[in-house]
Amino acid sequence: MTDRLAAERSARTGTPAASGDREATSTILQAVAVSKIFGGLVAVDGVDFEIPRRSIVSIIGPNGAGKTTFFNMLTGLYKPSAGRIGFDGRDITARRPDVITSLGMARTFQNIRLFATMTALENVMVGQHARMKAGLFASVLRLPRVRQEEREVREKARETLEYVGLRPSLLDQMAANLSYGDQRRVEIARALASDPKLLLLDEPTAGMNPQESARLTQFMETLRRERGLTILLIEHDMKVVMGVSDRVTVLDHGEKIAEGDPDEVRADKRVVEAYLGRQEGR
Amino acid sequence: MSSAAATWRGLGDRIRELPRPVVWAIGAAVLVLLILLPFAYQPASGFIDDCVTALAYVVMALGLNIVVGFAGLLDLGYVAFYAIGAYVIGWYGSGFFAAIAGGKGLHVWAESAGALPGIHFNFLIVLVVAAVYAALAGMIIGLPTLRLRGDYIAIVTLAFGEITRVFAINGADIHPFGKDYPLTLGRQGITPIDPIDLPFVKQFDPLNLRPWYWFALAMVLVVLFVNFRLRDSRLGRAWIALREDEVAAASMGVPLVKTKLKAYATGAAFGGMSGAFLASYLNTVNADQFEFSFSIFVLAMIILGGLGSIWGVVLGAVALSFINSRLIPDVLNGVPHKVGLNFDLTELSFGIFGFLLVIMMVLRPEGLLPERRRQIELTEGVGGDETLYEARA
Repeated sequence: MTDRLAAERSARTGTPAASGDREATSTILQAVAVSKIFGGLVAVDGVDFEIPRRSIVSIIGPNGAGKTTFFNMLTGLYKPSAGRIGFDGRDITARRPDVITSLGMARTFQNIRLFATMTALENVMVGQHARMKAGLFASVLRLPRVRQEEREVREKARETLEYVGLRPSLLDQMAANLSYGDQRRVEIARALASDPKLLLLDEPTAGMNPQESARLTQFMETLRRERGLTILLIEHDMKVVMGVSDRVTVLDHGEKIAEGDPDEVRADKRVVEAYLGRQEGR
Repeated sequence: MSSAAATWRGLGDRIRELPRPVVWAIGAAVLVLLILLPFAYQPASGFIDDCVTALAYVVMALGLNIVVGFAGLLDLGYVAFYAIGAYVIGWYGSGFFAAIAGGKGLHVWAESAGALPGIHFNFLIVLVVAAVYAALAGMIIGLPTLRLRGDYIAIVTLAFGEITRVFAINGADIHPFGKDYPLTLGRQGITPIDPIDLPFVKQFDPLNLRPWYWFALAMVLVVLFVNFRLRDSRLGRAWIALREDEVAAASMGVPLVKTKLKAYATGAAFGGMSGAFLASYLNTVNADQFEFSFSIFVLAMIILGGLGSIWGVVLGAVALSFINSRLIPDVLNGVPHKVGLNFDLTELSFGIFGFLLVIMMVLRPEGLLPERRRQIELTEGVGGDETLYEARA
């Protein structure tokens, strides 16, 4: 499938398919001319996008630029109106979200979407759903392998929550009762529990103070170093974006207007006009 | 009333806090009492009769609780599965298909049917077939609702229940397998139905209700067991995740279609089993048994007891069942006449259930024995229903 994607891509960009092939091995996610149209509104307009393996990539842009829509297409919540998306050597265009998750992509949400009446631990256990096998009848009979799996899943949930820094006393608290910061932690743990290769974070530092943001930035580096994760970030906090990203993609009105390392993007005239200049006053 | 509600809440919490062995001991004692209960009454006593019905309703309520309570899919057509279960024994456990095998009858593991015409399967086989048919019907009703949410699911399931009833009424004129094999016998009803006939036990007697009671109790225990096991499993967590937030659940790797269909199928299977049992017990399968109001009756049981709470549902089902079969017709029926009104209270029974539900919604919306999760949801207002997911099957 990557071959086809690479071929399509090379057809568009004029680069030979051979170099596209080599690229595919080092590229974990590849979006080719992806568009999303809601009624008459073009939310995302022909965006080409790539994430190199083990990199941290950010998407920025003013509100309504189509960032979250783009995210939702990558994770399967929206079907792209046009274009193709390849992930880890497979075409995942318009696949179901749960299939995409089982292939190794996990996400968090801009407005935290935990299962409010489940405990922190249960939330993270649901995160492992795609990695579990227990079926209906095996669960009713609680076969030894089901019992074993439950134990492992519980243990892994505990470890993951510890890894993201949730206090052990909060493991059995309902998610709804947790503080905002802890809810963010649990949400990241829930995503990590599905053993992703690519982690998508939608405005993870929203509502955090500078210290917390800095800690999260460090944590992203740690994730890449210790778990070999690739991270895609939507973020408004420029300090976080510029500090952590290898590459930055800028969307405005659904179009990609710039792409490059943080310094290049910062210097880009269109970006300054569309976004940084106005909003950040730099 | 609010202090009574507080007592109930305290009771639930207190039981939860007791040490495990104590809970098991209490459970075992209650179970022994339940098993011995029929000996305190005449074999054909009205009270045991009410108990058998109540136990069958508990099975149905526990089934519906999986769909509505666990997975959060409001199902207003549950009576359809009662009907399917009942007709399964009508087809495979009575003289209904008298023409089969040239009038000699088709018998599978059913000695007491002798040489009667018609199909006579052993009740255990009927039970399995009823569960399978109902589960299939559950999935068929589930499919069109997969793209829907909330109220719309309720509308589709309601229609499904009504369609089933209309089929039951007109079934005498529907001959899918030739003119000797109609689908149902409509309002006339298929009767008699084979009484339960288990291996090593003599065939159940309509005048001795004790075996019926024990069989119903055993069914309740099995269904309770399945409910608890499923609730604490991968599937149970997926159901609750789905109920809480479909978008997040799908994004965490829960396949929506499969998970919902499993909820529909499991819930329906219990309805079918209970339906087959009730048909055998009542000795008739009549289209008029499958009114829409029965769906509401079962739904009222689980709302009264506490959506999603297994013990709450058991309590709700027993309570409503006894109010329906004993309190209203026997104890309170004459009350209107005593105050000079010229009607029986039974004519008002659904009004009374509605009134009870309204009272519940005001005083204790989370039910008599609420599920821990629901309680939080209703008292602290968490959880929402945002629509982001582009639903597709």
